[in-house]
Amino acid sequence: MKGPRELLEHEDRWVTAMGKWFPGERTVFRGKDLHRACGRWDWMRLHVFGITGREYNAKEIALLNAIWVDTSYPDPRLWNNRVVALSISARSTGSMALAGALATSEASIYGQGPCIRTMDLLLRARRTTQLGTSVDDFVRQELETHRRVAGYGRPVVGGDERIPHLLARADELEIRSGTFVRLAFRIERALLEGGWKFRMNYAALAAAFCADLGFSPREFYLFTFLAFLAGMVPCSLEAGTAPEGTVFPLGCGRIAYAGPGRRAWERPVEAAVE
Amino acid sequence: MSGQREVIHTRIWDEEPEADNPFAAAACYCRGYDVYGAMLGNARWSEYLYLLFLGERPAPAAARLLEDLAVALANAGPRDAAVRAAMNGGAGGSTAAACLMAALAAGAGQYGGAHEVYRALEYWKECGRDLESWRARLCNPPVEERADIWLPMEHPPGFDPHGASCPAPVRRTLDHLAARSPGPALPWLAAQREDLEAAADCPLAMTGVAAAALADLGLGPAAGEMLFLLLRLPGAAVHALEQMDYGWRRYPFFRDAVILTDDPGPAPPDSEERP
Repeated sequence: MKGPRELLEHEDRWVTAMGKWFPGERTVFRGKDLHRACGRWDWMRLHVFGITGREYNAKEIALLNAIWVDTSYPDPRLWNNRVVALSISARSTGSMALAGALATSEASIYGQGPCIRTMDLLLRARRTTQLGTSVDDFVRQELETHRRVAGYGRPVVGGDERIPHLLARADELEIRSGTFVRLAFRIERALLEGGWKFRMNYAALAAAFCADLGFSPREFYLFTFLAFLAGMVPCSLEAGTAPEGTVFPLGCGRIAYAGPGRRAWERPVEAAVE
Repeated sequence: MSGQREVIHTRIWDEEPEADNPFAAAACYCRGYDVYGAMLGNARWSEYLYLLFLGERPAPAAARLLEDLAVALANAGPRDAAVRAAMNGGAGGSTAAACLMAALAAGAGQYGGAHEVYRALEYWKECGRDLESWRARLCNPPVEERADIWLPMEHPPGFDPHGASCPAPVRRTLDHLAARSPGPALPWLAAQREDLEAAADCPLAMTGVAAAALADLGLGPAAGEMLFLLLRLPGAAVHALEQMDYGWRRYPFFRDAVILTDDPGPAPPDSEERP
């Protein structure tokens, strides 16, 4: 047993290359003076630099920006957005509503769960196919092992209307489809030709562009954290101006109960517990 | 409006509306029991909690186990990461919910938190009370080949990677619960603790005791994780409230603790980089 050695070593001591605030003087952000070196950057450029430690050019930042823009849907039916709308309808605070909704976006059927898995899938597909396995065989193995191919298929609808817009924006920015974007489409073809009917979803294309920019799965996961935020804020506004409690109210009759029938709670508490 | 109205499907809760308002419940039934007509005043909190999570009234021993587990977990103290997260909210004057959300964020983790309990409950599910299975799994833990929102586990779940020996509160909790548990996991854990600690190369932690108790209550990994999060909130709440009173000036800031290794140093104003 190693015991508390590492805790003792770290007591009142945090060694970091990430940054530090020198009160009243300056702040260092990943090796740069935040105000002097980064003060005129776009926020997205700083954010991506914070995640990756790498600086991307203006076109690449514009593409990353488009990845967020194209998925900013101000619709309170979407599960994470509905957290915002319900919270504000219940007259919680804006920060609480948005923080709850952002945490909710780390879901398994949408949002950050599939995002990190999708990037991981693309990297594994690349490694595996480089060793001689065909994309079709990789897809088949993936389905056998995990029963799904992350980044393909979508809840509610089959296709994904965001994909042509992101591709068009990449074209405008003269960002060519790299290895991973081509691989993402090749996987979709393998699925469709294999009869699985899972079309590529937005996460796969976004992950592919980011993989081509050198992101790791965890970097992509961190990058996607705020992807839905711009769509969430409008959901809070009308929920706040409408009468309280009026976002999708449900009457008692909207509960479809399928549990045990009515029964009596008979024994007194002392007999039940002591 | 097209088609039938959507409904919430549940096996937990049913309601009957008031005659004058379909949005107000006249009666509420939890798993078939009339909550305000029969349970209120007759059910203990631990019984109700058990009913909510497991669907049936607990036998007296199970209710007692849940109640004692709740006492053991209610406050991990002001050095615990989840409690400290809540205290950070308190010291800075954050809202009550933000303090508890902070506690949930830190307390969700895999080091001393609820996802560690989830992982430990997976071990119980997989290994049961077979010492060799535990040894094999502790020495060769399962590895997820895919990247995940959760980072890979860095220590055997339920054990303390920084521990030198099993601390008294953990041993006392284990001994107390094991002596009263209606299930087999806690007594087995108490009997095998030293062998398991040797295999894990770490002492047992409170998360390991909690996981065994939750297994004895009949909870799986997902429900056990949720209940563990819930049971640890009281301490986070009161320590946050206390720090609101003390204020940020009396709360640790670690003023000299951060050592920067990549520092461009102070620069004169005319050295600004231009875009």
